[in-house]
Amino acid sequence: MIVAERKSFAEIKEMIEGYKKVLVVGCGTCVAVCLAGGEKEVGVLAAELKLSNKGSSDPAGFGEATVQRQCDMEFLDELKDIVGEYDALLSMACGAGIQFLAERYPEIPVFPAVNTTFIGVNKDVGWYEERCKACGSCVLGMTGGICPVTMCAKSLFNGPCGGTNHKSCEINKDQPCAWYMIYERLAKQGRLENILKISPPNDWRNTKPQTLIQPGYEERKAAAE
Amino acid sequence: MKSGSQLEKILTAGHFAFTGELGPPRGANVEAIKKKAAPLKDMVDSVNITDNQTAVVRMSSWAASLFAIAEGLEPNFQMVCRDRNRLAMQGDILGAYAHGIRNMLCLSGDHQQFGDHPQSKGVFDIDSMQLITMVKDMRDEGKFLNGQEIDDPPKMFIGAAANPFAEPFDWRVYRLAKKVQAGADFIQTQCVFNMERMREWVKQANDMGLTEKVYILAGVTPMKSLGMARYMKSKVPGMDVPDYIIDRLKGVDKKEQANEGIKIACEQIEEFKEMKGVAGVHLMAIEWEHKVPEIAERAGVLPRPKV
Ligand code: SF4
Repeated sequence: MIVAERKSFAEIKEMIEGYKKVLVVGCGTCVAVCLAGGEKEVGVLAAELKLSNKGSSDPAGFGEATVQRQCDMEFLDELKDIVGEYDALLSMACGAGIQFLAERYPEIPVFPAVNTTFIGVNKDVGWYEERCKACGSCVLGMTGGICPVTMCAKSLFNGPCGGTNHKSCEINKDQPCAWYMIYERLAKQGRLENILKISPPNDWRNTKPQTLIQPGYEERKAAAE
Repeated sequence: MKSGSQLEKILTAGHFAFTGELGPPRGANVEAIKKKAAPLKDMVDSVNITDNQTAVVRMSSWAASLFAIAEGLEPNFQMVCRDRNRLAMQGDILGAYAHGIRNMLCLSGDHQQFGDHPQSKGVFDIDSMQLITMVKDMRDEGKFLNGQEIDDPPKMFIGAAANPFAEPFDWRVYRLAKKVQAGADFIQTQCVFNMERMREWVKQANDMGLTEKVYILAGVTPMKSLGMARYMKSKVPGMDVPDYIIDRLKGVDKKEQANEGIKIACEQIEEFKEMKGVAGVHLMAIEWEHKVPEIAERAGVLPRPKV
C-alpha cells in the first residue's frame, strides 16, 4: 500500500489560513489502512481545527467527507454537490489522490494534509516499512525477493558494498544490509549464481511521468481522448 | 599498455607499487594542495585524489588531480557513484583523460547521510561494478554506455576497491572476482589491520587465479594514536581493527604511539612485499601526508623505480 503521515498541525493551519470554509477530504483506501487519512483521521483533524478556532472573532467552518478512493474519478464525483459550499479542500489522500481531487475540482484550492512517504508493508498496527520504489524494472527474481533499489541505501545492483557492518547497513546499525540479506537468502536457496553475474545498469523508468495502458484497453483510451 | 600510466608501468614491470593519497581542500585553496603534494613527490608512484570523501564537499577530484599533475605527481582520479549520473561521469572521464589523467578508481562512495549535506539526493544511477565496466568499454571498445562511438576514447588504468573484512566474508573473494570480470586492472583494499583475514583473502584470490588477472595493492594506514585506533574500530563501518593493534598502542607511552603506529605499518608492508598475490601497497596516511617520506624510508620502498 501507499503509506503517508499527517503533516504537523501548525503546517496545516498555516496552509489554510484565510480560508473561511474548508472541507477535509479523507480517502478510504491506503491512507486509511496506515492510519494517516481515513475517515477516523479526518474526524480527528477536523475536530482539532474547530477547537483551534474557538474564541476567534471570525471562526472558519470545517466540513468532513471521506471517499472510498481519491485516485478514482467515480468516487470524487460523489463530492460534486457539496464542494461548492467550500472555499478550500484539505485532502488527506496520497499525492496521487490529492492531485486527482485538484484535477476534478480545478476552481477550488486544494491543500495536502499528509506527506506521502512510500510504498510499503504493514509490519504491525501503526508500523509500516518501505519495500518498493516503483523503479519500473523489477529485479526481485534475481535477488531472492529483496529489493536492492529500495532496501539498499545506495540502490546497488552488485552489492554488498564494503560498508556492510555486522549484517547492518553502513548508514545505520538498525538498518539491515539488503545485500547481506540477499546473499543469505540466495545461499539458502542454492541460487548464489544469480549474483555472481554482473547486473547491468538499471533502466530508471521512474524519472519521468508515466502512463500505463493494460493490453486490450488501448481503444478505450483512444475513445476517451 | 592500456593507459601508459606510471602506475601501470610499475606494476607490469613487476615492481612492488607504492601509492599514496591526497584529500582535496574544502575550498579553492591551491596552496593547501601544494603543501600536501610536496612531501609525496618521488615517494609514491601515484596519488589517489579523493572524490568528496566521506560525502563532504571538497574541490572536485579531477580539478585537484590537475593540480597534482602540476606538482609532479601522478594522480589516481577517484570517482564515486553518489554524486553524478552516467552522463556526468562519462563527461568527467573524457575531460580528465583529455587533461592527462590516466588512472581512475571506481567507487560507490560513502552514503551522503554521513556528510556535510545529509539532505542531498544520492544519485547512484550506476554502481561501482557498472562504473568499472563503463570505463573499460570506453577504453577498449571506444563506446559510451549507450553503445555509441567515442571520438578519441579515454584510456584509463582502472582501479577498484575491495574490502576483505566486511561481511559476508565468504562472499568477498567472489565480489573481487566480479570486479575483475567487470574490468578492474588494479585493486586497492580497505585499510588492513587484521592480517590473518587479509592472508586468507589473498590466498583465496590466488587459488581462484584472480591475482594473475588483477594487481592487488594492500591498503595500509598508520595509526597516529590510540584514540584513532579506537575510533576506527568502533566508528568506521567496514573497518576491522583487531584488539592486538589496540593493545600494542596501549603498551607504549602516549608520545610513542605515533611511532608505534608507523612501526606496525612498516611491519605490514614488509610482509606484503613477500606475500604472493600482493603487487603493492596503498598508503593512506590520513591528514599525515608530511609523514609519508619517513614511512616510505622506514618501509624500505625507496627509491621509487623509474620506468
Ligand atoms: S551496507 Fe548493504 S544496504 Fe548498505 S549501502 Fe552497502 S550494500 Fe547497500
